[in-house]
This record gives sequence, structure tokens and C-alpha cells, in this order.
Amino acid sequence: MNFPMPNLLPAYAEIFLLTMTCIVLVVDLFLDDQRRYVTYVLSLLTLAGCAFFTIGIGSIPGPTYTFNNMFVSDLMANVLKLASYIAVAVNMVYSRSYMADRGMLRGEYFSLSLFAMLGMMVMISSNHFLTLYMGLELMSLCLYAMVALNRDSATSTEAAMKYFVLGALASGLLLYGMSMIYGATGSLEMRNIAKILEVGSTNRVVLVFGLVFVVAGVAFKLGVVPFHMWIPDVYQGAPSAVTLFIASAPKLAAFAMAMRLLVNGLIPLAIDWQQMLTLLAVLSMALGNLAAIAQSNIKRMLAYSTISHMGFLLLGMATGVVDGNWLSAAEAYSASMFYAIVYTLTTLAAFGSVLLLSRAGFEAENIEDYKGLNRRSPWFAFIVLVTMFSLAGIPPTVGFYAKLSVLQSAVSAGQVWLAVVAVLFSLIGAFYYLRIVKLMYFDDPVDTAPLAVRLDMSVLLSANGVAILLLGIMPQQLMELCFVAIKSL
Amino acid sequence: MLDNYFPILAFIFVSIAVGIGPSIGGWVCSSLLGWNRPDSQKLSPYECGFEAFEDARMKFDVRYYLVAILFILFDLEIAFLFPWAVVLNEIGFFGFVSMMIFLLILVVGFIYEWMKGALEWE
Amino acid sequence: MKALYLIVPFAPLVGALISGLFGRSVGRAGAHWVTILGVAISFIASCMVMSDVLEGNVFNGTLYTWLISGEARFEVGFLIDRLSALMMIVVTFVSLMVHIYTIGYMAEDPGYQRFFAYISLFTFSMLMLVMSNNFLQLFFGWEAVGLVSYLLIGFWYKRPTAIYANLKAFLVNRVGDFGFVLGIALVLSYFGTLDYAEVFKRAPELATQTMELFPGTPYLVITVICIGLFVGAMGKSAQFPLHVWLPDSMEGPTPISALIHAATMVTAGIFMVSRMSPLFEMSESALSFILVIGGITAFFMGLVAVVQYDIKRVVAYSTLSQLGYMTMALGASAYSAAMFHLMTHAFFKAALFLGAGSVIIAMHHEQDMRKMGGLRKYMPVTYLVMLIGAFANAGFPPFAGFFSKDTIIEALQASQTPGAGFAYWASLLGVFVGALYSFRLVFFAFHGEERFAKIDAHAHETHDKENTHGHDEHGHGGSPHESPTVVTLPLILLAIPSICAGWLIGTVVYGNYFGDAIFVSSGHEWIAEMGQEFHGVMGMMLHGLTSLPFWFAMLGLATAFYLYILQPDVPGVLRQKLAFFVRILDNKYGFDDFNQWFFASGAVKVGTGLWRYGDAMLIDGVMVNGTARIVGWIAGVVRWLQSGFIYQYAFAMIIGISVLLFIWVFDVTALLANWTR
Repeated sequence: MNFPMPNLLPAYAEIFLLTMTCIVLVVDLFLDDQRRYVTYVLSLLTLAGCAFFTIGIGSIPGPTYTFNNMFVSDLMANVLKLASYIAVAVNMVYSRSYMADRGMLRGEYFSLSLFAMLGMMVMISSNHFLTLYMGLELMSLCLYAMVALNRDSATSTEAAMKYFVLGALASGLLLYGMSMIYGATGSLEMRNIAKILEVGSTNRVVLVFGLVFVVAGVAFKLGVVPFHMWIPDVYQGAPSAVTLFIASAPKLAAFAMAMRLLVNGLIPLAIDWQQMLTLLAVLSMALGNLAAIAQSNIKRMLAYSTISHMGFLLLGMATGVVDGNWLSAAEAYSASMFYAIVYTLTTLAAFGSVLLLSRAGFEAENIEDYKGLNRRSPWFAFIVLVTMFSLAGIPPTVGFYAKLSVLQSAVSAGQVWLAVVAVLFSLIGAFYYLRIVKLMYFDDPVDTAPLAVRLDMSVLLSANGVAILLLGIMPQQLMELCFVAIKSL
Repeated sequence: MLDNYFPILAFIFVSIAVGIGPSIGGWVCSSLLGWNRPDSQKLSPYECGFEAFEDARMKFDVRYYLVAILFILFDLEIAFLFPWAVVLNEIGFFGFVSMMIFLLILVVGFIYEWMKGALEWE
Repeated sequence: MKALYLIVPFAPLVGALISGLFGRSVGRAGAHWVTILGVAISFIASCMVMSDVLEGNVFNGTLYTWLISGEARFEVGFLIDRLSALMMIVVTFVSLMVHIYTIGYMAEDPGYQRFFAYISLFTFSMLMLVMSNNFLQLFFGWEAVGLVSYLLIGFWYKRPTAIYANLKAFLVNRVGDFGFVLGIALVLSYFGTLDYAEVFKRAPELATQTMELFPGTPYLVITVICIGLFVGAMGKSAQFPLHVWLPDSMEGPTPISALIHAATMVTAGIFMVSRMSPLFEMSESALSFILVIGGITAFFMGLVAVVQYDIKRVVAYSTLSQLGYMTMALGASAYSAAMFHLMTHAFFKAALFLGAGSVIIAMHHEQDMRKMGGLRKYMPVTYLVMLIGAFANAGFPPFAGFFSKDTIIEALQASQTPGAGFAYWASLLGVFVGALYSFRLVFFAFHGEERFAKIDAHAHETHDKENTHGHDEHGHGGSPHESPTVVTLPLILLAIPSICAGWLIGTVVYGNYFGDAIFVSSGHEWIAEMGQEFHGVMGMMLHGLTSLPFWFAMLGLATAFYLYILQPDVPGVLRQKLAFFVRILDNKYGFDDFNQWFFASGAVKVGTGLWRYGDAMLIDGVMVNGTARIVGWIAGVVRWLQSGFIYQYAFAMIIGISVLLFIWVFDVTALLANWTR
């Protein structure tokens, strides 16, 4: 038996990232704390290099399969990967001084970030249950370790422990579901599964069993009710910078996972999984928004806000196929993809502001910490304002268009009641976002220490806020990009 | 297809029988035949003839785990290497390179743990 | 060329941003330099655009698509034709003059940079309004100028009267905008597009279509659209009965009164109707409505000016009256005449306002004409400019106002639209009144005895009380003196077109200058008919000397001369004799009182009722607090579920899976569906 050399080109970015991460890992061993910036710069350069490769690969038209169809490079993968690079890079910049102040700016932070990134990329590009699972585990294991990066903090380790146990349970569920589907179809390759299901003549009970478990696995990664329990505890327990990491890029990967599993692989079962997702989405929007109101801890509040946002994201996925007809599916899925990217962008700014308010010896955790931010720094107060508006979905920020396009897809699928429910809950949700705005602008500051912000962070956070606003003014390009990307699947 | 698995199923049943049978038999026999006269010496845990001086649920040094994990890692590597070495002639250059990459990554991990001091007890 | 079009509005915007956001760092001089530079660039660019347009080029294009919603596209785009080019010149020129003038007028105001930022922002908004090629951008520009107007009327935000005035302007404009939005919405729903060219092209399709506003009474759709749009114009251009905000807007600084409330913003309504001429031409009823409204405004508002003592209010009411003339011209399908009067009026009214401002500076912010008199020899330049302005306003040849006003009156005479007869007589009487108040102002303030000396000591008290923005460097007790060059220079520059601008009538009105930009349906072509009898500027002036309006104007001048120069005691006697009418005029026909009584306090009463029963009981009591209680309860439950115990979390997941499995494996939804059936 002679193995042919696989086409490595579509995976250049992954290969480059793996190589560079190993280099970063080794280089960092020979650096002391003063020269840690070398790791930092090297990591950022790595991501830039990945972006270079991804853009290069993106110029090849059409999906390219390699490694015996286990790995696919298409436009959706490339767009999501680029967005993830940006998210991870921004995360590194934001968290640098936070981590340094707390003695956590070690090489592990960067190498774990990069390995998690690699896991996400594999997930995003997977066309096979095993690649997907491998990517998922690589990402998850890195995240568990990152949550526990602050070894001496009891809450951090507790959060990591919970995350790990529940994550293991969830990946077990996912694996079980995959095995069921394999049992029913005899294939692990997603597109192949879709073809077999198209033909029919499979055992429905086994299939539905598998489907439920797969959906549960996806739901856990996205963090939708009732698989959301880890989110508030992990968000709160993890160091803020790590929370930012967990809340941003992995959501893109989770979205990609959902797309790959459900749309690429199980689209003939859409009627079933759409109903499941609808149920989960409504529960998430309800629970997330209602629970967020009662929170006084900003990270916990954002955790519940994440839950509700993920519910919103699922709306688009749940309304793609109408009566077995998937003509409008691309619009619905691209609305979800747009939502995922926008959510990531906005959440970066939201957690960025948490990091902004923290400093050595002071952890900004309570909503009260936003009081009077306008007096301390009008510009950053404005950025936070824009962010909160975007999270609440108020025009002209981009969050509005994200919500709008998802709602449109729900309405055009005839699910008007779903759209109404979503709007109602996002109205309730607007309350807690606007409360932050109120605190910033109308209350007196409790903490009057001047904000110490590094230049790179201040520039990037400003750019982040401006991007939210600018994309809100001209969302068309990004929307079209998402549409084309989904269309190319 | 399932026929192929029948021996395995049979093996499972046999092994269950072999595993459980004697212990149940022993328990039944001893409760039927033996006298039950416990005292403190008899009830204390067996410690190779020593007095039991500590709770059995003691904390182990975390370094044992570290060593154990590292051992498993490199042990599994060997487990991969044996079959690979056997079929090396057949899988050609690609198979060779794949394993080299795998080893290279392991070497990076090895350097890392070495430099971090994971291999030193104190 | 496209870049040039962009420069025109954006140069002032850049200026506004710099002086507004970085006012503290660029300083006072920096603020005025940067904004003046911006507006000057914009003016030069406008001139270049004009010369390009005169060669026959028309630009109509989209620059940026904001969003596409179904069929409708929301875009930003420019339509540069002769109509908008004319407006661009007028706006940028007057704005430039006002910017320069402001250096002198606001010299000691602490809000100097803010003021420049606002007026530059205004210039930007106004330019976006006039250059627009679609209804949406028009509406945005419309609202933006309204906003800046609101900000500027309340510029001295510590004065309660200014706050009252800006609130009033804002509210009254909302009434107009409501009609405007309805009009635009109808356009969108019937044409499916907001693009001018598209709408105009397809307008004839709607000629006979009707809609039922009330069951059983069909209205022409086009009439409803036009009247809706015109209601917007009534608000912005201060037409009866939405005129009430304009006199009060004089609480703002004088340069604003000149720029926004005389020359440009208030004429936006006139411009808009001219732009929409293809729509308005299709609705005879709308034109009649316009004629009547314009006639009422032109005459009755002019009458109020006669009894006012505040120098700025006199000019403000005269502006109302002149806007009435423009409106009448629109009603008579004499769009070119309306635009022409708009242009000449912009010049001479800005001159009058800035002149009045110059007087106000000289009088240490005293605006009451009873405390002036005899200023002629102290302020010769201002006097001359005001005199020119008065002649132009009253419509004497060869001043600019004569040509435009005379054309309008003749067009009204020729018009066959119902209501034209009324409008014609209103316009004639308006000429008499116009001359009367214009010269009353000049004679009162600049001739006669020097009353300011008498009340000087008294004046200082009120002056210190009223003006908290500090400008006490003018020596106390000194006699008035001519204003500095930054003030007089724009006056002179505005006085020149106040004289000469009218001479362009041959090209602008009769020379088919506007071409396709303005549409006049056959049967309404009175301007064209008049054009055949037009034999040059001199001929028109000679003809004018023998016409009725001229003699009405002379009569007004003579009356003013008699009352305020020859027999200064007579006005007082007349006031007593005609106390009843004077009271009506002093109360401005009771509009303010009525609004205050009916709308303001009525709204307060309704609001109180709604608050007590609707808000406090129903919404607060049941819905808000009820919701809050429910939310709090749910949050408590969630908090209880989020126990922190990992096995419970895992349990929740397992339950979730079990429920999903139960529903889908047993196909519960299908079972339920069968069961309920």
C-alpha cells in the first residue's frame, strides 16, 4: 500500500500556524519576563502570516478538499478563519497589560492561544466527523488550561474544573451522536452522509438519537439553554482576558461546527434539527435576557448576554429550510454568519472595556465600575456606548443589522411568532445594556483613578468601536461577503 | 456483519462468568462454612504487617501525576512506533515523513517539559 | 467634477468638525479661520460648479447606497442642475458673509468656537439639502438644518426666552415635518422609489388616481402628496399658520437670523416646492392652497411688522411677508420668479439683518427702536446699507426687490389658478405695508431725535441684567459708533447684490435659465407669456413706474415719511385711536395665546391625565413594575438553578437531552398534531 502525497495547499495556514506555534513555544523558553514582548510580537506575526496564507488560499475559487476529503477549504472557512485571526490578535493586544499586571503573561498564554486557534481552524475546515472532533478537542483542551492559568485563584481553578468536566461530558455526547450517525449511514464524511441521507432507507430512530446528541454537542459549544450552565461560572471565574478569548473566536468556530455538522452533513434532517434549534433558541433568548438583568457582575451579565445572543444566532440557522425547500437557506445562514462575526466584534469591545477598567491590583468586575466613565474618559465612554448599543441592537450600530437580518430570515420563513418573541426578548435585553450607558453618563465616578491604557490597546479599542459604528453605516459589503461565502458551500 | 462479532460477545459472557463466579462462590461458601468472629485486629486494613498509621485517603504529591502523564505520553508514542516500524517498507516515504513530523512535535514537547523543569523532582 | 461636488458640502463640514470638536485647541482665531476657509472653498467650488452648469451640464448620480430594502433604495446622491447651482451660490455666499460678520458680532462671546461650528454645520446641512437627488437625503438635510436652527436659536442657553423660542421652533417644525414625512411616505408607497428623476418621470401615471382619506371622499393622490409636502414647507418657510416660531427665533444671535431665518433655511420650503414642480403642477387644488396660504402670510404678517418696536422683529415679520410672496409665486406656477425672489431676498434681507445687528452692537445689545433714533450720523455705512435694504424690500426700482416682486405680482395678476385674485390683492396691499414698515424702521432708528441719550443710564441696568455673556468693554455712556470693518465689509458686500441682483431678471426668469429643472404645465405658462412682453431691465423699470405696485410702494413710503419724520406725534395718537386693531396686531392675531391655551396647556392636561391613569396606574403599576417583578422572580429562579454544583449542571444537560430525545424519538409534535385534530 502506497500513500499518495496529499495536496497540502489548502492547509498551508494550519501547517504554518503549527510550525510557528512550536517555534513560539521553544523560543519563549529562553526568554525572561523583560523580553516577553518577543513572544507577543512573534505570536501576532504568526497570526498575520496565517492571514496571509488564508487570503492566498481564498483566491482559489471553489471548495478544495484534501486529506481524503477530511479537510475542506472554502470561502466560508476562509472568512471565518480571518475573523478568528483578528479576534485572537485583538484579544492578545487587549489582554497584554492585564495579564502582565497579574503575572500571567507567560509563554503558555500565547502558545495555548495559538493552539486553540489551530483547533478552531481545523474545526472550521473540517469535512469529516473525526477532523471536527479533533479540532474541537484541541481547542477545548487549550481553553480549559487557559481558564486555569491563574493557578492560585480558587475561583479560576474551580471554573476550569467545571468547564473541563462539563466539556468532557459534552464532547462525549457529541461523539456518541456521531457514532450513532455513523451506525445509521456507515460514513463519517459529512457530504457523503448528506448524500446517503438523501437517498433515504436509514434507521430513523438511530438517526434521531444521533441527531439529538450532535445537536446537544453543538449547543454546548455555543452555550445555549439548557447546555449553558458552564457559561456564567466560567466567564466569571476565568481571568477577564481569558473570558474575552472564550467569548470571541470560539463562538465563530462553534458556528462553523454547527454549519458543518448540520448543514453540510445533516441537511436532509433539517426539519428535525430546525425545530430543535428553534426550541433551544427561544429558551436561550428568554433565559439569557431575563437572567442578565439580575446580574451585578459585569462578566456574568455578559455571560448571560452571550447566551441570549447565541439564541439569536440560532434563529437564522433554524429558519433556513422552509417546507423542505432550501432556496432561501443561503440568506438565513448568511444572516447567522453575519451575526456570529458581528457578535465577535462587539464582544471584543465589550470585554475590552472590562480590561480597560482593570489595572494592577484592581479587578473591574462589577457593573458599578462603569459609573461616571464619561468623566474619566469621554472617548472610551463613547466606545462603550457604541458597543452597548450594538449589543442591544440599536441603529446605527452594526448590531442592529445583525439582528435585523436574522429577524428577516425568520419572517421570510413564515416564522413571524419567532421574530416577535426574539424582538420582545431583545427589548428586555436592551435594559441591561442601557443601564451601563446610564451609569457611564449620569452617575458620579466611584473610582476616580485615571485610566492607564497602553497605546496599542487604546488605538485598537478605538478602532474596534469605530468599526462597530462604520459597519453599522455600511454593512452591505460584509453581508454580501457572508452571503457569497454561504452560497459557496 | 454482526456475525463476526459473535465470538467477542461470547467472550464477554465467559469472562463475566469467570470473573464473577468464583467471588460469588467464595462469598457464598465462606458465609455458609465459616465462623464470623470479628475483632479490631481483623477489621484493620492490611498494611504488610505494619500498624495502620495513616488514613488511606492521603494526598499524593502532584508530581507523581506529572510523571505519570509524561510517561503515558511517551509510552503511547512507542505504541505508535512499533506497528509503524513493522510496515515501514510498505507505506513508503510519505509514511516515514508523517512519523518524523509526529516525532518532531513530540521533541518540541520534550524540550518544553525539560526546560520547564518537569523532569526534575525538586 | 464629482470631487468638486463633494468639496462643496464637505469643506464646511470639515470646518465645523475642527472648530466643534477641537475648539479648545485651535482657539478662537483658529476656529474662525478654519470655518471661513471651509466656506470660502465651498463658495469658490460652487462658482465653478455654476460655470460648469451654465455650459449645460447636469449631474444626477448616486454617491453612496445606504441600504436597500426590498424595492426601495436609500441613497445619498447629488442632482446638480441650474436650480441647485443657484441655491448653492446663494447659500455659500450668504454663509461666507455671515461667517465674516460673526467675527465682529460674536467677538466677546464665550461660545465663539461653538457658534462657528454650528453655522458651518448648518451650511453643510443646507448644501446637502439643496444638492440632494432624492427625497430621503432631502429629508435628512431638512431635519439637519432644523436641528442646527434649534441649537442656534437657543445658542444663549442661559436665557429662558431663548430656550422657550427654540423649543417653540422645534415643536412647530415638527408639525410641518409630520406633513412632510407623510408626503414622502406617500411618494414611496405609490412610486416605490425616492429618486427625484424616477418619481417625476412616473408622476403622470398618478394623474387620475384617487385615494380615500376618509371613507367615501376620494382625493387625488397627487394632491394629498403635494399638500403633505407643502405642509412641510409651511413649517420650514414659516407660512401661516405655522409661522409662529420665526419671530421668536430672533432670540438667537443676529448672524443666525440673517443666515438661517432670512436668507437660507426658511427658503428651503420654497426651494423644495420649486424642485417638486412636476408634482405640484399636476394638482390645481394644491396650487390654490399654496396661493391662499401665501397671500395670508404676505399681507397679514407684514401688517404686524408695522407695530413692532424691536428692530429685529420688524425685520423678522418682513421676512414672513416676503416668504409669503415667494409662496404665492409658487402657487401661481411662477417657480422661476419665486426662486429669483428667493435669491434677491437672500441678499437684501441678509443685509437688513446684519445691518440691524450692526445697530444692535452699536447700541450695546439694545434692540428697542424707541431707544434709538438719529443714528444716521454715527453709523453712516450701516445707515446706507439699511436704506438700500429698505428700498429693495419695499420694491423700488432699480433695487433688486423691485424686479422679483414686480414679476411675482404680475404673475399673480396673470394667473388663472383659483385663489390668484385674492393673492393678487394681498400682494398689492402687501407692497404698501412693506414700504411702510421698511421705511418706518429706517426713519425710526436712523432719523429723528437721539432718544438713546435720554435713557442711557436706564439702558445699562437692563443690559447688564439681560446679557450675561459679557461684553462690557464697549465704553459705558459713549455715543454709538460705527461697527468694525469685519462687520461693515459683509454689509457692503451684501448691499451690492441688493442693488444689482435684480438686473439678472432677463436671464434668470425670462431667459429660461432653469430649463428642465423646473416644470410648468401648459396652461400655467404665465411667466413665459410675460417674458414676451419683457424688453430689458430699463424697459421693465420704466414700465414699473406706471404700474400699481409702484404707487402702492410710494404711498407706503410717503406714509412712513409723514408719520415718522414730519409728524412724529401722529403714530402715538393713531395708536390710541386704533387701539383695538393695534391690540390685535400686538398680539399677533392671538396665535401665540391660542397655541399656548389650546395646544400647550391642552397637551399638558391630556398628558397629566394620561400620566395619572395610563402611565402611573397601567404602565408603571401593572406593566413595568409587574414585569419587573416577574423578571426578578425568573432571575431568582435562574439564580437558584445556577447553583454552582457541577452535578446539577450535568443533570441539566442530561434532562435537556432526555427531553429532546423524548420529543423527537416519539415524534411528540406529530402525535400532538394528530391528537388535537
